[in-house]
Amino acid sequence: MEGLDLLMHIYVFVLAIFVGFELITKVPPTLHTPLMSGSNAISGITIVGALLSAGLGEVNISTILGTIAIVFAMINVVGGFLVTDRMLKMFKKK
Amino acid sequence: MEIVSYLVYLVASVCFIFGIKKLSSPKTARQGNQLSALGMLLAIVVTLIDQRIISYELIIVGAIIGSAIGAVFALKVQMTGMPQMVGLLNGFGGGASALVAFAEYDRLFLGSGEFEISTTATIVLSILIGSVTFTGSLIAFGKLQGIVTGKVVKYPLQHPLNAFLLLAVFAAGVFVVINPSEIEIILGIIAVSLLLGVLLVLPIGGADMPVAISLLNSYSGIAASMTGFVLANNMLIIAGALVGASGLILTMIMCRGMNRSLMNVVLGGWASAGSEGPAPAGSSPKGQVKSVDAEELAMLLDSVSSVIFVPGYGMAVAQAQHAVRDLMNTLEKKGIKVRFAIHPVAGRMPGHMNVLLAEAQVEYDKLLAMEDINDDFPNTDVAIIIGANDVVNPAARHDTSSPIYGMPILNVDYAKTVVINKRSLNVGYAGIDNELFFYPNALMYFGDAKDAMVKLTNELKQM
Repeated sequence: MEGLDLLMHIYVFVLAIFVGFELITKVPPTLHTPLMSGSNAISGITIVGALLSAGLGEVNISTILGTIAIVFAMINVVGGFLVTDRMLKMFKKK
Repeated sequence: MEIVSYLVYLVASVCFIFGIKKLSSPKTARQGNQLSALGMLLAIVVTLIDQRIISYELIIVGAIIGSAIGAVFALKVQMTGMPQMVGLLNGFGGGASALVAFAEYDRLFLGSGEFEISTTATIVLSILIGSVTFTGSLIAFGKLQGIVTGKVVKYPLQHPLNAFLLLAVFAAGVFVVINPSEIEIILGIIAVSLLLGVLLVLPIGGADMPVAISLLNSYSGIAASMTGFVLANNMLIIAGALVGASGLILTMIMCRGMNRSLMNVVLGGWASAGSEGPAPAGSSPKGQVKSVDAEELAMLLDSVSSVIFVPGYGMAVAQAQHAVRDLMNTLEKKGIKVRFAIHPVAGRMPGHMNVLLAEAQVEYDKLLAMEDINDDFPNTDVAIIIGANDVVNPAARHDTSSPIYGMPILNVDYAKTVVINKRSLNVGYAGIDNELFFYPNALMYFGDAKDAMVKLTNELKQM
């Protein structure tokens, strides 16, 4: 990663934080728990890196760590989205 | 082909943004969550067809194990166990990020052996944040589950030790950036980071868990972002930043709800916090409390026109949400207006009470946030407090010597009558007496929250 590339990623990071602040301040307190579990599932996006590590073909430390990372990230993704859906189903208005 | 992948990653990022945007209303929230899940599916599928992936055996094994565990967790967990569940999920997210960063390091180490400075630096950051999130979340989970003590834990040289370890990690990080082939140093960073997670969360008391969980949520996002820097992938950076921002905002809301700084919570907080039991010696009771039984209380409630429930952690512990819902229905049948006042830090995580009451089929438009309902207490006949204590202590408004002075509270004492359901007169989390119990308009209704609400409902039905 060269200097300019790094700077571009920092741009994206900073702007995304601002988008995050704008979006999340509009989430009502009643949905704060689903927000947490749902955003948690999104942080399982690391799965992308895990897949790339585990699929390199050989069996070595790198691919084994990648496989464990897949297990962790999938728990996060599947568990997070499912439990959030379970919760949100319950929120009803008269 | 690469361009297609990156375009799909962009679509996935947009899905996450709109998914969170739709959480701004309970009506669209479920759809929003599904949109985020769709984004995740797209990201996974397009990664799987990446040319760098040659072998699928390990991927399939890992994905099946992880999905199965995640699904079982999600479908089996009880709503009262939600704080633990979220705590645990935070940990797995952070752990995955740290593992990916280390795997990437190992790949470069065995491969070309050439490291860009920025790559090594972000690998170190990803490992540090991810590892702290992992063990910190496991401790938070243990505290919420009752495996690890929920009290404030103090150990000798707590602050100097943590500061030293953190400095050591940074120093080692700088060293590795300069000498990237020193794998032992990286392993040392992992070990110290894992230890730091334990040491940082252990001192935090049970009722401060909403802050700890929110902060760890933020860390898990930042860790994912750092992994995005390592892999030069903007989608990871965006998704991680969204989660990081979300956790940070919730952390700030929780701190404001307790009128405490983040430092104060993280460093172990209130001196006597977490000491349950009778009030400490020297705090003299301010007279006699008035106690009522279910029958007397039913008679009182039969003649009123408005009631506000104030639920707290005690309701969650007693699993009383369904009993409260039954009571609400009975009151409403008598034409009484019923609402709920939710303090931001009620329970063990942000929004904890709302989820429990939603589970019990209480409509969400009856659940009001503190600032929306606090002015209504003077026009309310009865406020019924179920298992909450410090968040309704009027000392926070006027007693400058009180540890909770300045904390925003629910103005329950302004209601014509305040009914406090509690198991005993014991102190709450802050370890201080609640003068509210001795107020002339206060009535104590002792008993386990669930039993007490069931009894009260039965008495009311007989009238």
